[in-house]
Amino acid sequence: MSSPAALSLRRIYAMVLRHLYLFRKSWVRVIEMAYWPTMQMVLWGFIAQFLATNSSWVAQVPGLLVSALLLWEVLFRGQLGVALSFFEELYARNLGHLFVSPLRPLELVAAMIAVSFFRTAIGVGTAIVLALVLYHYSIFDLGVPLVTFFANLLVCGWAVGLMVAALVMRYGLAAENFAWGAIFIAAPISGIYYPVSVLPDWLQAVAWCLPTSHVFEGMRAVLLEKTFLWREFWTAVGLNALYMSAGIALFLGAFNGARRRGMLLQIGE
Amino acid sequence: MTPAIEVRDLVKRFDAVEAVRGISFTVARGSTCALLGGNGAGKTTTLSMLLGVLLPTSGSISVLGEDIERHRYRVLGRMNFTSPYVDLPKKLTVEENLRMFARLYGVGDMKGRIAALAAELDLADILKRAYGALSAGMRTRVSVAKALLNEPELLLLDEPTASLDPDVGDRVRTQLMVYQKRTGATLLLASHNMPEVERMCDTVLMLRAGRIVDSGAPAELIARYGRSTMEEVFLDVARRPERTVERGPDEVRLERE
Repeated sequence: MSSPAALSLRRIYAMVLRHLYLFRKSWVRVIEMAYWPTMQMVLWGFIAQFLATNSSWVAQVPGLLVSALLLWEVLFRGQLGVALSFFEELYARNLGHLFVSPLRPLELVAAMIAVSFFRTAIGVGTAIVLALVLYHYSIFDLGVPLVTFFANLLVCGWAVGLMVAALVMRYGLAAENFAWGAIFIAAPISGIYYPVSVLPDWLQAVAWCLPTSHVFEGMRAVLLEKTFLWREFWTAVGLNALYMSAGIALFLGAFNGARRRGMLLQIGE
Repeated sequence: MTPAIEVRDLVKRFDAVEAVRGISFTVARGSTCALLGGNGAGKTTTLSMLLGVLLPTSGSISVLGEDIERHRYRVLGRMNFTSPYVDLPKKLTVEENLRMFARLYGVGDMKGRIAALAAELDLADILKRAYGALSAGMRTRVSVAKALLNEPELLLLDEPTASLDPDVGDRVRTQLMVYQKRTGATLLLASHNMPEVERMCDTVLMLRAGRIVDSGAPAELIARYGRSTMEEVFLDVARRPERTVERGPDEVRLERE
């Protein structure tokens, strides 16, 4: 078998470039990347400002909800970025040409991740600047731990994005709506805006299986107690390794399934 | 020298349906071969297996001396493919599309190669235009340019001139023949266009219901069937009554063509 590990940066760059060409000429796409994070930021920022004067818990740290919101957007945009990069190829009916070229599935995965990083940077970057202008809150006040939160949430988002792409490769574009909704399954139990401890015991057990819960607990510890919880960090890293492996395995499994069923030249039609 | 394509006992089954039923053939290097057959004969299924995007149920395929399943990525860079049924990104310009695929195929002098193809296929004026804004004829020419980017040793063409007017179709055919003469490449095409097959092909494989029912040079086949054109030969093969009872209605419905 040809080694799937023999990846080529040139081919990955070709696929990234394909999306950059698209963004360069479509300001609508670029604005769309920033639109929802901005809207969320405006809405939740004002809610947070209101709560800060009416809730002693939130009032302890004015940036608590805004930080939570921005980190949630990193996760959501990361996931969406991977899924939408794949959908672009389906909409264009281009997968047939790609998969008869020397492009390996893992190179396509790497390119989708790179494009997702770019999309997330634009979307969340805009919201970060807006938080600074509107609420005089800089998420960079979180300091170095912010990098670990960003990294863990991005990887988790990419893993879910790959699972969604695998689902679409298996079931066709009828499954594309999962791209918009899949990650929200994790939202109520990830402890984004409240501690995991408020959940019922049995749901807490589920919550601790998600890397996101450990990231948001870690964020609160930094903001409320000025402590970086290494245990939460490493647990999130370990869980992300599992989720990412599962995401890649599902994507490759869906690719091989499509090869068996003869769908690679037809997906998207 | 090994053949460009060597297929042995190739079978593709989709659940209960056998789309390809144990076909064997070879295509000599530097030749042009046509897969001919009606809808559901197994042409696209066979092409897909040769490209490695469809896994055979059984049998073996060797392309350019390499087992396509074991060394797929090694051989894909030496071949290429075009089909009117697979698109290129519509929002990208013609040049951006060609640049992307040039990088995927590792084309050395990318600029020079694109300029040469633009001149050969009369694309210079549309390089900066979005692919999606082009007419069907222009898109086909761009698709052919994409297929020739890496100067493939083996070119698989699925109905290369479908939906083209006679003039554009003729120009595309001529270009492909010029390319083959210059490089000694092997061409395998699936086509319904009989004059095209007569003009371009050294060998024809006649497929029906997933089997090769006849083969030979166009002139040989025409003589063997006592006809004057390949179109008449095609109709003779397609309407041979004893074969049609082999397939049930489900099979016809589920064929991949």
